[in-house]
Amino acid sequence: MTLIEVIGLAWEGLVLNKLRSFLTTLGVIIGVAAVILMIAISAGAEAAIADQINALGANLIIITATRGVPGRPPTLVYDDALALAQAVKGISGVAAEQNLADQTIKWGNVSFTTPALGTTPDFPLVREAPLGTGRFFTQADLDRKNKVIVLGSKVTQDLFGDTNPVDQEILLGSTRMTVIGVMAPKGKVADTDYDDRVYIPLTVLYQRFLANIQMNNRVRTVYAQAESRETMDSAIGQIKSVLAQQHGVTLANPDFIVQTQEDIIQTQQATTETFRTLLAWVAAVSLLVGGIGIMNIMLVSVTERTREIGVRVSIGARPQDVRRQFLLEAVILSLFGGLVGEIAGVGGAWLFNEVGAMRTVLVPWSLGLAFAASAVVGIFFGYFPATKAANLDPIEALRHE
Amino acid sequence: MQSQMFSSPLNQPSADSVPIIRVEQLAKIYDTGEVPLRALDRVSLDIARGEFVAIMGHSGSGKSTLMNVLGALDHPTEGHYWLEGEEVGEMDVEELADLRNRRIGFIFQSFNLLPRLTALQNVMLPIRYRVENRISAEEREEASIAALESVGLGDRLYHRPNQLSGGQQQRVAIARALVNQPSLLLADEPTGNLDSKSSEEIMEILQKLNRQGVTIVMVTHESDVAQHAGRIINMKDGKIISDGHAKRGNKNQERTQ
Repeated sequence: MTLIEVIGLAWEGLVLNKLRSFLTTLGVIIGVAAVILMIAISAGAEAAIADQINALGANLIIITATRGVPGRPPTLVYDDALALAQAVKGISGVAAEQNLADQTIKWGNVSFTTPALGTTPDFPLVREAPLGTGRFFTQADLDRKNKVIVLGSKVTQDLFGDTNPVDQEILLGSTRMTVIGVMAPKGKVADTDYDDRVYIPLTVLYQRFLANIQMNNRVRTVYAQAESRETMDSAIGQIKSVLAQQHGVTLANPDFIVQTQEDIIQTQQATTETFRTLLAWVAAVSLLVGGIGIMNIMLVSVTERTREIGVRVSIGARPQDVRRQFLLEAVILSLFGGLVGEIAGVGGAWLFNEVGAMRTVLVPWSLGLAFAASAVVGIFFGYFPATKAANLDPIEALRHE
Repeated sequence: MQSQMFSSPLNQPSADSVPIIRVEQLAKIYDTGEVPLRALDRVSLDIARGEFVAIMGHSGSGKSTLMNVLGALDHPTEGHYWLEGEEVGEMDVEELADLRNRRIGFIFQSFNLLPRLTALQNVMLPIRYRVENRISAEEREEASIAALESVGLGDRLYHRPNQLSGGQQQRVAIARALVNQPSLLLADEPTGNLDSKSSEEIMEILQKLNRQGVTIVMVTHESDVAQHAGRIINMKDGKIISDGHAKRGNKNQERTQ
């Protein structure tokens, strides 16, 4: 028998028992689909993380205060950022950030509320948020507490439409401020929409917008950008000792946390890892169950075709010929399941993306891997029924009704 | 259509003097509990090349068991079997498969064609299983078509068994048995499932093949069918009770042992 003839015969058998074939291969279908989906989800998560790293800014060091004791002075302050910028070597910039509750912004008779961020001149560099038009505020602006403002692209669009906003006077809360620049569109990073907020000098925020004197000088986060991945560790060490000195605490018992993006991303990775592990188990169990299904149906097939086997042996088929025939049929059955599973996996990955449940990226080699897995299942679970067929007693087989 | 091209080297020097079949003290014993059942009881027999032998007997006489042993489908418990001078009992699984494939052709009572294959595909099967002297796909098809034409089915190549009459199916089976040009044809009740007209056709084909030099051993329980053979062996209780060269058409001319 040539390969093509065996494939043709097996295919005919499959079509003859459509429902049976489908149910038999359902396990393989689910297993193969799970393999493809699992790898697509992993790749999607990696792509999302890579995007986030780029969006946050490369080689970013994130400094936050541990929760301060009420009534005591805040633990992370603007002066810390100045000190870090001055003392730490191997960093290209330091940006301090303090959020402000939504403020009313008004130009002419257009007005709405917008989030605002008080920050320092290195913000565009450190957070990789480039400027669109105009300029960002300088250290001089901070030192003189100049009432200047930089707008997000969406705020600009909503407030000015097609008018050039630079040098226009607007009202933020009750403070009259001059627009000096507009940020380039950046979109959302994590939960923050960079385009739908305004940026003001940190010192202006303290002077004009903070009622609570206790909060004065306080910053939520200080970001520092290392010059390169290599200077990262040394920069972190310096940051810690500078801050410990500033705060009068020991390194063993600090009142601040220094993190990198990796630390933060690891948490997210853990979530996708859990999902991936789950899918890997689904794939493994499905392939096992699918394999047993194929073994079962092949045993049925061997029994149904006992007489055929007897005839084949009587005209000169060797045991290995019979074994090969049934093994091939099992493999074709599971490859058929593999093929349907591939379609289901690719479709599932597409659907996940489409409904926005999870980002997926189809990895070409995963299709090959899943297909190979289905072939292995066919060979492994087809071997026993095929050997049973090959070892049939020809006389018994010929007598079989 | 018979050719000696696949004969074994052993019987080459004196092919005619070596019997095609020689069995000595052949026994097949089934251990059924209290009394062992002797399906074959020390059977000895020579069949010369070119003979047409009918083996007769009631069911349980051992004729089918003898047939299965001669066809290398069953192993005797005791005794020896030489096919064309080679001892079959000493062959391994592969050699036995090759024996069934190229040196023996089988014809069954129930035809035993594969229902999903066409007549042509059925006839081609033995060539496909051939290990030695493999031939190209075109040659296979040519040989199979020639075999089907020789049994008068040149116009039924692409019919499936269920589209053919019983007599036609048996003729396909004969073509399948002949396609590898075996030296021995084993027929187990070849007309058992056929009407008298089809039976007559099948017997004519077998006689024609015998005249062309094919050795035929046929199991039957119908004496009129057996009369087509040149030699009739009667069996009972696993033993040969008579072995006679019959003149065709004359039931009574037997030589009793």
